[in-house]
Amino acid sequence: MGTLVEEIFSRKAGREVHAGEIVLVDVDTIMSHDNTTPLAIKAFREIGKPIFDKNKIVIHFDHAYPAPNLLAAEAQKKGLDFMKEQGITQFYHQGVCHQVMIEEGFITPGAIVIGADSHSNTYGALGAFGAGFGSTEIGVAWVTGKCWFSIPQTIRIELSNATQPGVFAKDVMIYIAGKLGMDGGTYRSVEFGGEYIGRLPVHERIVFSNMSTEIGAKCGLIAADAITLAYLAAETRAQGSYEQILPVNPQYEKIIAIDVSTIEPQVACHPDVDNAKALREVEGLAVDEVYIGTCTNARYEDLEIVAGMLKGKTVYPHTRVIVTPASTQIYKKAMQNGLIEILMEAGCTVTGTGCGACIGRHGGVLAPGERALTTMNRNFIGRMGSPLAEIYLASPASAAAAALTGKITDPRLYLA
Amino acid sequence: MGKAWTFGENMNTDEIIPGRFNITIDPLELARNVFCEVKPDYAARVKPGDIVVGGQNFGCGSSREHAPVAIKGSQAKCVIAASYARIFFRNAINIGLPILECPAAAADITEGDEIDVYLATGLIRNLTNGHVYQARPLPAFVMKIAKAGGIVNFLKNHDVQELMA
Repeated sequence: MGTLVEEIFSRKAGREVHAGEIVLVDVDTIMSHDNTTPLAIKAFREIGKPIFDKNKIVIHFDHAYPAPNLLAAEAQKKGLDFMKEQGITQFYHQGVCHQVMIEEGFITPGAIVIGADSHSNTYGALGAFGAGFGSTEIGVAWVTGKCWFSIPQTIRIELSNATQPGVFAKDVMIYIAGKLGMDGGTYRSVEFGGEYIGRLPVHERIVFSNMSTEIGAKCGLIAADAITLAYLAAETRAQGSYEQILPVNPQYEKIIAIDVSTIEPQVACHPDVDNAKALREVEGLAVDEVYIGTCTNARYEDLEIVAGMLKGKTVYPHTRVIVTPASTQIYKKAMQNGLIEILMEAGCTVTGTGCGACIGRHGGVLAPGERALTTMNRNFIGRMGSPLAEIYLASPASAAAAALTGKITDPRLYLA
Repeated sequence: MGKAWTFGENMNTDEIIPGRFNITIDPLELARNVFCEVKPDYAARVKPGDIVVGGQNFGCGSSREHAPVAIKGSQAKCVIAASYARIFFRNAINIGLPILECPAAAADITEGDEIDVYLATGLIRNLTNGHVYQARPLPAFVMKIAKAGGIVNFLKNHDVQELMA
């Protein structure tokens, strides 16, 4: 009996657990990437004990891959040497870790996945528990196969009705971040539900779980349903049986009800995610870079929206428009269906897959005084390079509109 | 006794140590750039035993452990904040950076105050204005990790099950 997070942990603990309890449980998968693996290796070496089960370990190179400089290259070589030494074979460099985790079938309903990346919350979109941890805990879990968890209280966000045309999950989530604030979900499990979520395809559900991190949440969960199972079967390599876990007589700390039909296109303005405004309030603000990428919004359907808006047109001449597909699987599909060609014809720079410009080290670094409109999930000062640059967050459609005009523009003017 | 360095609300990991410096894991190297954008003189002028004081939601943002490692590398004695972001809290405990949660101290301490901190009891004394604050005690198993100097040291000599024993 309990909220979704309580139900997931009750199954793992083998007894009913509730918010406030601390449990030590087995984890299903332990994820890290090129940026966070070196410190995990350091912790692992210091502990001096063997790996518990290498089949639980997944390592991705995505943050700065291929290495843009010597230091990154050296760190990645250390990671590779470690994987060879330990016989770790679940190694991927086919895009942003969270997307590849889903595609490769590591994320299934009820699984407990810990990741050395704050956006590991993403996995909640498929009814799995996913949360971000520091590298040391990842090294510890390599040795123990376990992790301690404090079972969080749950905030339920009940989303009713349907969005207006031109309004996407990203707009709704930015709106929620604006309402709750950056610490509105701290230490909490945020459970997204309601008729809007019930009809939403998985690629849009992911935006909510992914950005639950931005309101401080421990996890952002959506109960698995028929849509989840169909997605797992069609889009991922997930195999085996898994239980569809649902909340049972849940006791929520708070229930927040939002009618999504009242929401118009949103922008999270410089310099905080909760600095949410209706797009029209900042319409006309010039942008030097439009970045369409990341674990939030660079899936096939996102690229389809952007290509649909840019088809036969040319992007604004003095605005860099960079498209970084989230994964190789997405890139291939986009290529096969002609989207990449449309984007290139329109003047976009299409890069290899991975985290790209989001981490400020390569693939679209911002100069002092520049302003970017991006499909990313966070806009901290200095995130994309210069601390004197500004980052605005919006939906892929809003990004495409800005790509055409070189300024923040209502996407509804360009959506068919 | 140490000098207080104060920081605002929602101090995020990019402000603690910008992503572009996270190409190393060396604590002293990271410490050279810690807080470089929000308090450029911190890295050069911080002295061993000084105290970092933050507001609500200290350490929010990325899961990067480089943030508490950079603060520990700067030889600050501990962090006092009104509250912490979840991952930063875990990371600090796990790497052995002492952290105290104390909204009263966070609100009252001003930059440059001379502060005495008793980590074992959570007592904080402000020698500049004479005020005394009591930090919330840490859960028992967290104290076990903190006392061992971090989870890695704990696991060298203990089984993970002993955390909950």
